Amino acid sequence: MAVSLHTTNDVETTLRVNDVEHTVSIPPWVTLLDLLRERLHLTGTKKGCDHGQCGACTVLVDGRRINSCLKLAVTLDGADIKTIEGFEQDGELHPLQRAFIESDALQCGYCTPGQICSAQGLINEGRAGTREEIRELMSGNLCRCGAYTNIADAVETVLHNKRQPMREAAE
Amino acid sequence: MIPFDYVRAASMDDALQAGAEPGVRFLAGGTNLIDLMKEMVERPRRVVDLGRLGLDQIEPLAEGGLRLGALAANADTAYHPDVERGYPLLASAILAGASPQLRNAATNGGNLNQRTRCLYFYDVATPCNKREPGSGCGAIGGVTRNNAILGTSEACIATHPSDMCVALAALDATVQVVSSGGARSIAFSDYHRLPGDQPEKDNTLQPGEIVTSIDLPAEQFRDNYSYLKLRDRLSYAFALVSVAAALSLKDGRISDARVALGGVAHKPWRRRDAEQTLIGGEATPEAFAAFAKRLLEGAVGHGGNDFKIELAERAIVRALTQAANGTPQSQSHKKIA
Repeated sequence: MAVSLHTTNDVETTLRVNDVEHTVSIPPWVTLLDLLRERLHLTGTKKGCDHGQCGACTVLVDGRRINSCLKLAVTLDGADIKTIEGFEQDGELHPLQRAFIESDALQCGYCTPGQICSAQGLINEGRAGTREEIRELMSGNLCRCGAYTNIADAVETVLHNKRQPMREAAE
Repeated sequence: MIPFDYVRAASMDDALQAGAEPGVRFLAGGTNLIDLMKEMVERPRRVVDLGRLGLDQIEPLAEGGLRLGALAANADTAYHPDVERGYPLLASAILAGASPQLRNAATNGGNLNQRTRCLYFYDVATPCNKREPGSGCGAIGGVTRNNAILGTSEACIATHPSDMCVALAALDATVQVVSSGGARSIAFSDYHRLPGDQPEKDNTLQPGEIVTSIDLPAEQFRDNYSYLKLRDRLSYAFALVSVAAALSLKDGRISDARVALGGVAHKPWRRRDAEQTLIGGEATPEAFAAFAKRLLEGAVGHGGNDFKIELAERAIVRALTQAANGTPQSQSHKKIA
């Protein structure tokens, strides 16, 4: 049986981020968002509100989208994380990235990494079919520029396989 | 966030032992607790992480009904076939709340134990009897749009923010908890409490106790139900008023009726005596309107939330009508039928 960990010190934590394993020693109050940005220098994931109200920090943990600002990194020891930096493969943009560009689904771009991670999570979940369902299930990502219509277009394009198959295995 | 010591519990015994002292908070999904710690509303000395304990199963109970593990994610609960098909009122209420990201992280036990979103509870520069007993209530005489109209006290007019709990109240769920002294069951209506002169107590969970599951009884209300949530935007906002309505109909008459309200009180608001007046009668708008008046008896506005009284009355009639017609409110196609 595993032994409980009880510590007032930094905690050794291993995370697989975009297929690269990282072992870090961190205080328990470091959020996944701050770990990604401040320690692993993966600044693609954005800090919007830092309170779970905007979705800019959305990443995929074991294939599921969550708000990285509300998750203590030490609680994820052993997890597989995917951030926006992990979407491009061999110099090729991911279909969601291409769809966002082609649909003009951003203006300032600050919410875009979270939108794309969220859209991948939506696809993995397999619960959205109609336009209304896409809008509802993308509602955890705010866009202050108001590009919602085009974001929904981009997600719809990829979801309905108008570009290429891309459903990912969720663990 | 104020530094704390961290315990990753490998067993329930370890969790209970680590949680037996004052100043400890149990951590599940973290979607509310971590936020409150950033706001300095919660300042635990120690955080006990329950994430490795399992308790995430959803499984039928031998005597009928369904057990929802306390650490199952809200999303996994709403989308579980036995919930989605068996208890659609609960699935609908869960999907009306928060966002997909939050529902993926937030747990069932955590949903019960989340704190109010009263603005003054969150703002540590203002008085709040719930956050700092005896300091006063900033909400009374302040901005009250999201505050309670029923069951309030001079000390507190906060609401419980959950959608899931409104459905659990209507379904007569039972909360299973464990402590170093053993296990006990709490009827859902006894779990959350009214503020009275102890608003710092949201519920009847005792210090050191951990929720292990939420049990649903066999009665499912699969055919005649609706969860109607009204809020300031169509998605990703807390309820101003929500209604969980469930009916059993037999030969055109009501044989059982359950109605719980969210967004109006310190706990999901139900009145069995009012529900009794519907039983044996026909499912008509007039009967529902009379019932709504009864359920709202004693409602008092505080200025910014006066509108909630009429809004709740109308929402009750609408939700019961949707339930009676077998046309529950969709949580993605937002038009209210």
